[in-house]
Amino acid sequence: MSKKFREGADPMNTKWSRWKTVLTCAFLLIAIALCDIRTASALPTGKVMAIPAFARKYGLPCSACHTAWPELNNFGQVFRDNGYQLMNDRDSPIWQNPSYFPITFRITPSWHRETTTNQALDVPGTITGGAVGTLTQAGFDLSGMDLWSGGTLYKNISFILLPSSDPTAVWHFESAFIRFDNLWHTPWLNVKFGRFEIDNLISEKRFLFLSSNGGLYQIYHFNVPGSINDFGYGDNQIGVELAGHSANSYTRYSVSFLSSNEGGVNFTNSVTPGGAPSNRSYDVNLAFSQAFNAPGPPGESGFGQERIGAFAYIGQRPTSFETLNGNDLVGIDNKPFYRIGFAGDLSYKNLELLPLFMYGHDNPYLGQFGVPSNTPLPAGAQAPTFYGGFLEAHYYFNPQNVALARFEQIKVGQQALNTTQGSLGNITAVSFGYRWYPIMFSRAGVALDGEFSRVRTIGAEPESADGDGTVGVPGAAVWSNSIYFGIDFDF
Amino acid sequence: MTLKKFAVTFALGSVGLLTTGATVSTAQSHVNSPDPLLGTPSIATETSNIDGITGHAESGKHLYRRFCIGCHGPDGNGQGMNAQWIDPQPRDFTEATFKCRSTPTGTLPTDEDLYNAITRGFVTTNMPSWRPLSPQQRADLVAFIKTWSPRWAKEKPGTSLNIPPETAITIESILHGRELFQKLECWKCHGPEGHADGPSAATLTDSKGNPIKPFNFSTGDRFMCGDSNRDLYRIFMTGLDGSPMPSFADVIQPNDAWDLVHFLRTLQVALPNQELTLWQSYKAAHGKDLKPIGPDSAGGAQ
Repeated sequence: MSKKFREGADPMNTKWSRWKTVLTCAFLLIAIALCDIRTASALPTGKVMAIPAFARKYGLPCSACHTAWPELNNFGQVFRDNGYQLMNDRDSPIWQNPSYFPITFRITPSWHRETTTNQALDVPGTITGGAVGTLTQAGFDLSGMDLWSGGTLYKNISFILLPSSDPTAVWHFESAFIRFDNLWHTPWLNVKFGRFEIDNLISEKRFLFLSSNGGLYQIYHFNVPGSINDFGYGDNQIGVELAGHSANSYTRYSVSFLSSNEGGVNFTNSVTPGGAPSNRSYDVNLAFSQAFNAPGPPGESGFGQERIGAFAYIGQRPTSFETLNGNDLVGIDNKPFYRIGFAGDLSYKNLELLPLFMYGHDNPYLGQFGVPSNTPLPAGAQAPTFYGGFLEAHYYFNPQNVALARFEQIKVGQQALNTTQGSLGNITAVSFGYRWYPIMFSRAGVALDGEFSRVRTIGAEPESADGDGTVGVPGAAVWSNSIYFGIDFDF
Repeated sequence: MTLKKFAVTFALGSVGLLTTGATVSTAQSHVNSPDPLLGTPSIATETSNIDGITGHAESGKHLYRRFCIGCHGPDGNGQGMNAQWIDPQPRDFTEATFKCRSTPTGTLPTDEDLYNAITRGFVTTNMPSWRPLSPQQRADLVAFIKTWSPRWAKEKPGTSLNIPPETAITIESILHGRELFQKLECWKCHGPEGHADGPSAATLTDSKGNPIKPFNFSTGDRFMCGDSNRDLYRIFMTGLDGSPMPSFADVIQPNDAWDLVHFLRTLQVALPNQELTLWQSYKAAHGKDLKPIGPDSAGGAQ
């Protein structure tokens, strides 16, 4: 099967044969069969439920706040919006209950196989390149680890501290903020200060895919090829956020004022050492969403909660740097960019649909590497633009079994140079997965995660960074596939 | 063409997922169908009716499994995994005994009573407010909760208490309420100052023999079954079934009950209210004339 799989992934063969479709579906169904509901039920799960961190504090099952962890449902959203408080007398700060230790660990051992076509390789027996082939890697692996802590320091003062490591235990602060909740006794005024995920309606930090290609929303990290813009809508940012919500969080808004450095610390554009210096400017993110209950047919209980929202991110990035001895010091000559879009979280009983559309626009200088904004643009330079999005579907058989599917597409509207191949950088992707939570004990959770993801990127490396970083045949498609099985656990 | 094939793959994969999902859902589409994660309810199906919303037990079952099972248990008997760490213990739905009712003691509550309890939560327990769930979802949960006890098939809910209009808040009303507080021996549990430190407080148990604390008025916390004067009136006229708090419906008249409400509000020293303001003014002038509440004041506290 793997031989045929490789053949099918030939970069010069862009045909998607029928057997691949069958294979995709078969994988999915096998995953479902392996995760047989009855077998799952034979485990002691039904008698116990999960409680890391907050659940441990409140004695609630993890499914109370999560559709399937880590994704939040509306009850969890309200809890989060209230500053990790249920607004009852169990909201004691972490110093009041000595038995409450507000820390959760999470890591995912896995086996996965990554295949990327159209990669530049050495001709066998030489070190001079010149060949084009498929890179395939497979084996056992580890995810990074989250050491997640959160709670209330005082009534209406909450915090999150999330040191996170990569698989080699290089640590950074994924999130670290303090939040002042319910200012002037109204849920409409809350202020968050620190590093955090911007208030996107569809969270990439809380989603259910883990594989290399499926484990990110392509559009959240996309920039037109050649752009010096490093912004990723899915990346945590650093700054201050004013947010508010109605009592049941059906109406939500947020305004974030952020450093223009991609969440970097120590005046760099990176949270890990070695990042380029940042500039002195700021970005703004705006988000608004409204939920409502969709009535069902007569005699039935309705479809569930539907939420729609819109967002806009307005930022800037430097086009040159102040220097000393040729070393970059501080970014200057900033040029703007923006991302706008809308998203939804729609329910039809046990089916959840997550659509998102985004349009991105950069200043022409951001598309011209090494051209400061105080010098003329090269001939043919134009504002890089792109648009696209995704549609993700979750089917919840019950709180412990969820099937996942996602289709993504991104098209470059306008290249940075008008002579560039129009389709360069376009992305199309499908991902399927199944998560089974056989254990939801009171102090731990385990999820078995099976995924298949296939991404086609035109003339560019996949966002997953699989492959060797150099496209073999310029302008041709790069196919990158992930097959993934992981055991996701936290406690 | 490639896009079309992506779309076909996505569609086929999704159909595969949904087909499987539909199969599973169909297999679990009856409340009494075997669900290894839930016990067998006593009643095949139930509905609830709250303000024009009809709740369905079938839908409520899935919600119960998601939100409630951890405390109330797979068998609805309050023995969920987390119950051992929870005080007071979660409600045992198989007994169909509920504290917060608008109906006479010993009778079943109305659907609206259960709905209000789910919506409001119980501030001094682990039961949160489930207001983030939609009204339909809460109605569905009410319907499912009723399947745990055969009482719902055999009995009808009691008739809701008719609460007369509140009487004027006067010092006379408060003083009369204080007399009743002494006479009805409320202080034995709640304490002379409402601090939940009466002589009987430490000995109280609920109907299952678990220790239970009387309400501490002085904290200013919301009452178990609401926060308004009408809620307070309802609490001692219906009692809190399953707890030592009895119904006083046969003991006092409505006007007396309102007087007691007005006095109880004066015990909520951490919660500014009209009765407290009036009472503090009165006490400043006539405090010396007041007999202390307690065993030495038999026959009247004034």
